[in-house]
Amino acid sequence: MALSHLASSSPSRSANLLKPLSSVISLRRPISTDTTPITVETSVPFTAHQCEAPSRTVQTNAKELATFFRDMVVMRRMEIAADSLYKAKLIRGFCHLYDGQEAVAVGMEAALTKKDCIITSYRDHCTFVARGGTLLEVFAELMGRQAGCSKGKGGSMHFYKKDSNFYGGHGIVGAQVPLGCGLAFAQKYCKDEAVTFALYGDGAANQGQLFEALNISALWDLPAILVCENNHYGMGTAEWRAAKSPAYYKRGDYAPGLKVDGMDALAVKQACAFAKEHALKNGPIILEMDTYRYHGHSMSDPGSTYRTRDEITGVRQERDPIERIRKLILSHDLSTDKELKDIEKEVRKEVDDAIAQAKENPVPEPSELFSDVYAKGLGVESFGADRKEKNSHGRHLDNTRDDPSGEVIIGLCFHNPLPA
Amino acid sequence: MALRNIIGKRIGNGIGLVGRRSLSTSTSDVENRNAKSMNLYSAINQALHLALETDPRAFVFGEDVSFGGVFRCTTGLADRFGKARVFNTPLCEQGIVGFGIGLAAMGNRAIAEIQFADYIYPAFDQIVNEAAKFRYRSGNQFNCGGLTIRAPYGAVGHGGHYHSQSPEAFFCHVPGIKVVIPRSPRQAKGLLLSCIRDPNPVVFFEPKWLYRLAVEEVPEHDYMLPLSKAEVIRQGSDITLVGWGAQLSIMEQACIEAEKDGISCELIDLKTLIPWDKETVEASVRKTGRVLISHEAPVTGGFGAEISASIVERCFLRLEAPVARVCGLDTPFPLVFEPFYMPSKNKVLDAIKATVNY
Repeated sequence: MALSHLASSSPSRSANLLKPLSSVISLRRPISTDTTPITVETSVPFTAHQCEAPSRTVQTNAKELATFFRDMVVMRRMEIAADSLYKAKLIRGFCHLYDGQEAVAVGMEAALTKKDCIITSYRDHCTFVARGGTLLEVFAELMGRQAGCSKGKGGSMHFYKKDSNFYGGHGIVGAQVPLGCGLAFAQKYCKDEAVTFALYGDGAANQGQLFEALNISALWDLPAILVCENNHYGMGTAEWRAAKSPAYYKRGDYAPGLKVDGMDALAVKQACAFAKEHALKNGPIILEMDTYRYHGHSMSDPGSTYRTRDEITGVRQERDPIERIRKLILSHDLSTDKELKDIEKEVRKEVDDAIAQAKENPVPEPSELFSDVYAKGLGVESFGADRKEKNSHGRHLDNTRDDPSGEVIIGLCFHNPLPA
Repeated sequence: MALRNIIGKRIGNGIGLVGRRSLSTSTSDVENRNAKSMNLYSAINQALHLALETDPRAFVFGEDVSFGGVFRCTTGLADRFGKARVFNTPLCEQGIVGFGIGLAAMGNRAIAEIQFADYIYPAFDQIVNEAAKFRYRSGNQFNCGGLTIRAPYGAVGHGGHYHSQSPEAFFCHVPGIKVVIPRSPRQAKGLLLSCIRDPNPVVFFEPKWLYRLAVEEVPEHDYMLPLSKAEVIRQGSDITLVGWGAQLSIMEQACIEAEKDGISCELIDLKTLIPWDKETVEASVRKTGRVLISHEAPVTGGFGAEISASIVERCFLRLEAPVARVCGLDTPFPLVFEPFYMPSKNKVLDAIKATVNY
């Protein structure tokens, strides 16, 4: 990368190649492996409630910044592509896009390990990718195909990834927070030294169950971090019209809180690392991520009836998370503009390839309609005039007791081996 | 859905009136003057305008109702009646319903909107334990009869798990509240006005698939349709079909096809699920000897089970075939599999033939 444009500017190629590299190149190694520490200040200092704010000086390095850049570009491109697919009716149902909020997902991931759990609401595509999900899994799930992360049965709002402890993808706002606190309890009980990040929005912040969960977590010192992704609008309702106190980081009252610039990936990383350490020692803490979504609430919402276009373009110009990292990379001379654009082109192709692959993927088998309702299937015949009840293995239950393990009873009666 | 406009007698003021249960032959019991073509959300909107106009102590509140609501049912209300009577609530269903109960307990008409019936569960405790039992446990000192909860329910083609549910069965198991489901714009306006003015708490489920799809001539004046009175919307002699809401149009199509095979189907719109009009259904079953119930909600424990049990109790010796139920499957409401899950016209038709040929 770096060598090519130097070689073309010097008259004698072979002479340059003989000189030690450090004197020819301006001390720049390929960006993706450089781990020399760089110190950066966050955009704004943190605001703290009932605790001492972490420093706004963040340690990072070229490799991390490159990862942030690439990951956010992938997420941005993925969400825009999902927008087009939805308009082309390849994605149906509901689709809630995360573009603008990418810094929260990447910053959080940088501070965590895969042993830590993340649980969020329905705006989950990018969080899933940050946890290691592939683009194919994303697009296949959005289009309801077998290769999707939830086998095509969940759709946009229900992405999960068990091996990275990503507990998804929930439709009912606020319901995921008590669940998250339960995960934290299990982690504490099993002495995992890991924490749970339970994400919710400014709209969900007014749900009663959050306060129930917070009280329990604080009472029992659970390593739960409640993260309010405050994009300032609950669907179409501005935060000041829904909440008496839009200072969500303070709403924990007895629980400490931190307000973070959610458009600054490094600030998010710093805050999450701080929160993890705090939660492991002292119990729950609330993080409020001040972020913004460019799209409306969902694909059915233009997003411009309750916000001005000026506001949206203003945020895009002043606070865009990808642009911030790009500026950091360029100002620290870690890469060139062309290289970054090449990454974007590469990502675009990756996304297009994943979409093409997902389009070829088949929809789930009809038997999937009945699978996973219970641990062992229970279903009703979907066609035919007689409509006898069948279990998912196709046996009629009218001669056996009607219970989910009817199949086991049949097995025992006829000396068949028990199913695994 | 084509409904004949027969000019019939306007039934009284309809509040709690459960008398006169002849086999109705008219599909319309409302005068048709000044009727205008409109869809379901417009009809509901008109009903709300009338409710607030005629009662200065009526309020409409819920998530996003101020600008008109996500389905436009509350358009124009805030502008006309002011923010003190039409207002948004934060995102808290339990709070909305509890608040509504309190408001109603002070003698006001609280019309609460739950944005999707799928979200009603946080409020379930308030509805079941507070609203339904208030009058009973206070020995009639207090009541929250002025409470009406409106919620869009049912499949919409692509709603998935949390925008398609039909939770009516849960509420039918609670004495003390009423559950009402309209099938069309004209019905919705009259029934909603009756629900709002009924002195009992009511849960009013609106079939969201029909918000734009169902268009009908709806009279512009203030009229009410009686609660707890089912309507025979199609006359027949071979089999009785019972349903409510959007499912009726599916059933009607099945009836029309069955007619080609010489099967004469009688179709009944239950309208009020609890307390339901057992007499009308029974009278019809005594005529036909066969009954089929259809609803979108899963078959096990669905309201069809209650109808089936009651009819068997009342008409056992008259029945020529087992009671048939064509309902949603016993799975969560699926995403890509919605066409398989739904009680489609063909499933209903199959069941009609099987029952008639039993």
